[in-house]
Amino acid sequence: MAEFRLPKNSRVKKGHTFAAPEGARNVKRFRVYRWDPDAGENPRMDTYHLDMDTCGPMVLDALIKVKDEIDSTLTFRRSCREGICGSCAMNIDGTNTLACTLPIAGIRGDVKVYPLPHQQVIKDLVPDQTHFFAQYASIKPWLQTQSTAPPDKERLQSPEDRHKLDGLYECIMCACCSTACPSYWWNPDRFLGPAVLLQAYRWIVDSRDEMTGERLDDLEDPFRLYRCHTIMSCTNTCPKHLNPGKSIAEIKKLLVERKAT
Amino acid sequence: MKFRTPLSHARGLGSAKEGTGHWWAQRLTAIALVPLMLWFAWSIIGLTSADYATVHAWIAQPTNAGVLLILIYAAFYHSMLGLQVIIEDYVHVRWMELMLMILVRFASIILGVAAALAVVLIATES
Repeated sequence: MAEFRLPKNSRVKKGHTFAAPEGARNVKRFRVYRWDPDAGENPRMDTYHLDMDTCGPMVLDALIKVKDEIDSTLTFRRSCREGICGSCAMNIDGTNTLACTLPIAGIRGDVKVYPLPHQQVIKDLVPDQTHFFAQYASIKPWLQTQSTAPPDKERLQSPEDRHKLDGLYECIMCACCSTACPSYWWNPDRFLGPAVLLQAYRWIVDSRDEMTGERLDDLEDPFRLYRCHTIMSCTNTCPKHLNPGKSIAEIKKLLVERKAT
Repeated sequence: MKFRTPLSHARGLGSAKEGTGHWWAQRLTAIALVPLMLWFAWSIIGLTSADYATVHAWIAQPTNAGVLLILIYAAFYHSMLGLQVIIEDYVHVRWMELMLMILVRFASIILGVAAALAVVLIATES
């Protein structure tokens, strides 16, 4: 059955507090989820008082400042710092988003930083995304055809057909949407989740792909696709302002279209 | 011991290749229930101070009896489909899931048939 409390060893305790440097006048408080797999302790919330006059504008800048200047054990993923790699996806101020594109100035009160919800935590803000990416691989995210490629030129696509990929190709697989989806929380094993379904749709609508029917066959499943109950948390939280909910609806429409109604 | 690859876990038992029928039926019954429930609520409000014989006569009218039967079918079918989804969402102990699923199916059919039979008996009473 559904569980309404965290297991005993996952309950979050009070952590350490790090004061702001002497003379800091523009101080912001960051409360960050910490868990060390080697310590054998419960997770804790550490509090860092940061001087905003010497900190970059984004939440990721603050995390890097903590790691550089206060506590080098703080662990998180980051790479491009411009919202294109999807590494620094985490739950900030109650919303799944990218730390690198979220301005600190827009957050009122303390900045609370947690890992993506309902994922196994490897350490601190790093969730285990093995299954998420295995699900992505399972939809075969590459062009599949039966006809052989033209030997002397690329496979052509009209501008109109290319436009159908807009709003889909921009997805960076940061997992913000899937980990914001209650249906994905309850059935992550079998429900593919919004990110992977958006990617599946990206190949279904690609005019050059010839395996549309097989792709729909693979998705037509009470769990893989139909766990989506149009809650729309995915679209609400997407840091790239995409609409996974619409992609899922389009897949459902195609499935109805090909059967006798 | 888990030596299965992540991909084998993600692919699982494969696609059931069904679910669209269930999803479509849930939408169809939902659409049907909008006018049916409005009609039913409207009719019941009209019968609030009526006596037994009047209500009896109202049900016995062929149009009313017919629409009532459709309403009963749509409502029980729709609730059965909906409860199935809720169980699939939240119940993760396999035997409990199975028991609840059987219970929902049986209860929906028994209650639906009982309700329909009541209408039919009233309508065919001479």
